Amino acid sequence: MKKFIIACCFALFPVSVLAAGGAVHLDHIDVDATNKASLQSGAQIFTNYCMGCHSARFSRYERVADDLGIPHDLYMENLVFNDDKIGSLMTIAMTKDHGKQFFGAAPPDLTMVSRVRQPDWLYTYLRTFYRDDSRPFGVNNKTFPNVGMPHALLDLQGVQECAPGPLAGDAKLDTLTGETIAEDPCGSLEVIEPGLMTPEEYDQAMYDLVNFLAYTAEPMAEDRKRIGVYVLLFIALFGIFAYLLNREYWKDIH
Amino acid sequence: MNKMFSGLLGWVDDRMPVVSTWEKHLSKYYAPKNFNVWYIFGVLSMLVLVNQLLTGVWLTMSFDTSAEGAFASVEYIMRDVEYGWIIRYMHSTGASAFFIVVYLHMFRAMLYGSYRKPRELVWLIGMAIYLVLMAEGFMGYVLPWGQMSYWGAQVIVSLFGAIPVVGDALVEWIRGDFLISGITMNRFFALHVIALPLVLVMLVFLHIVALHEVGSNNPDGIDIKKNKDANGIPRDGIPFHPYYTVHDIFGVAVFLFVFCTVIFFFPEMGGYFLEHANFEEANNLKTPEHIAPVWYFTPFYAMLRAVTSPFLGLDAKFWGLVVMGGAIAILFVLPWLDRSAVKSIRYKGWISKVALLIFVISFVVLGYLGAISSTPGRTTAAQIFTLLYFLYFLLMPIYTRLEKTKPVPERVTS
Repeated sequence: MKKFIIACCFALFPVSVLAAGGAVHLDHIDVDATNKASLQSGAQIFTNYCMGCHSARFSRYERVADDLGIPHDLYMENLVFNDDKIGSLMTIAMTKDHGKQFFGAAPPDLTMVSRVRQPDWLYTYLRTFYRDDSRPFGVNNKTFPNVGMPHALLDLQGVQECAPGPLAGDAKLDTLTGETIAEDPCGSLEVIEPGLMTPEEYDQAMYDLVNFLAYTAEPMAEDRKRIGVYVLLFIALFGIFAYLLNREYWKDIH
Repeated sequence: MNKMFSGLLGWVDDRMPVVSTWEKHLSKYYAPKNFNVWYIFGVLSMLVLVNQLLTGVWLTMSFDTSAEGAFASVEYIMRDVEYGWIIRYMHSTGASAFFIVVYLHMFRAMLYGSYRKPRELVWLIGMAIYLVLMAEGFMGYVLPWGQMSYWGAQVIVSLFGAIPVVGDALVEWIRGDFLISGITMNRFFALHVIALPLVLVMLVFLHIVALHEVGSNNPDGIDIKKNKDANGIPRDGIPFHPYYTVHDIFGVAVFLFVFCTVIFFFPEMGGYFLEHANFEEANNLKTPEHIAPVWYFTPFYAMLRAVTSPFLGLDAKFWGLVVMGGAIAILFVLPWLDRSAVKSIRYKGWISKVALLIFVISFVVLGYLGAISSTPGRTTAAQIFTLLYFLYFLLMPIYTRLEKTKPVPERVTS
């Protein structure tokens, strides 16, 4: 019976993710909320580069400090730049109206952005800004075309420009050489003016940032899994006794 | 101590039918002894109902019913309320679990002909429960005030606008505003936490009262009351308590194992139980690229979208609404569509078996099509499966009468 019910539930398991996405290729990452060093680095990047315009208004500094293992005084000195208290929500001074005036659309709150967009999308998005002089801020994004956001991490990554590459989702192979055919004039991106970080360092920094955003989206995720193990063990044990009790009662029924 | 207890029981029993009720519904309620695994979903439905009521009470303690505060209050529950996230995930997973167990419970009834005479009223009350449950699920989904809450409500409520003449006024009356707003959410909140749960609990009570009056069906579809011993006890029956209570406790343990696996390890269930877009606050100026209802409504949503051409001067949306409503309404008359000489699928002919299989496939495929964005090819597929869904019911009076059935045994088989 147990097998059967489990089978029923797995039959209803998702066949695909519901989120609608374009034909953009997304680079896959595995977020890891137990990697405190990565989360701390991500928190630092988030505070320094994102919180000028983006709030995380459902999250509290104190919770972040405690979960990431950062002492409160250290956190207040380095990661809180206004009069906020450690227990405050991570709001920003810029109003929605101002944001709309500055960028055409108010920068969204990022607390749960990784639950909305998913980590792979964010990781790809943050690494696919490229130079486009037709845009107001001189940059465009391959993952999110014509996005209103400027490349806030430009000084870290440097300037990227379009380079030929395969079409997204439809890479053709040259039958003679076996190499991919670069059909799309903007099929790949290359750094033409280096920033403070090498491409590898930048990728790592973006992983840390996305890892942090995945954490803020569901700060209790690790707690959840930890408690879940005990809950399942208890139910399994209970189930064994329930089974034995049932067998005892039913042994004379034919 | 024991004497004191029996004295107290006697005192109460003189004033209220405690003992006779206990006996009628539990210790001397004789249920067929050949129930199989399909018979667990009734009790599981009640378990999930209790789960929803209890977690719901605790959620309302911290929920803010204003359009400005609702979304933030849900995150407050998830983050700042101690173990609020468990309560919220129990409730959100419970909503999907409710539909899973209810769908399987209904399928059991279709499999073994549990809706046939004399259990038509049990089926009708059950269908009323299903209807209220859909309203309950829909209104509950609006409350977290995410993008899908908002736009899902927008799509569903605006359907009523397709009704000729009164449509627009009706939509305005339902919303209480010119668009989905805090006013709409507040009335949905009132209905979700007070009115509909009350109706639901009363209907569940009636469902059980009606069932216990006629007795439970069984996988063989045999009336066990026809064969009683000298004491008037059905030979194929056993007291519900303790035999089925201990049975159910084990079933509950298995269910809870799966249920808690979802709560603690897959609370979003890949975007099916909690849609990704719903983690973004409702914004009436930003329409999501792809609006999909939660999975338990998707079969009907696919039927709605399958209707693409206007008819008799009324637009396609109206006929989509009619088809969608008809798909649910036709279930109500199921007891009178089945003309077979036997109840259970075990003794029906191959046509009934194939028809049921086609029906299940249609329902699942429609559910899948309703969850993904539509293309011309998918719309054609949805039209075909909608037709098959209806043909299962419309042709039932014919094929159940024509087909050759197998002889039904005198006593239940184990």
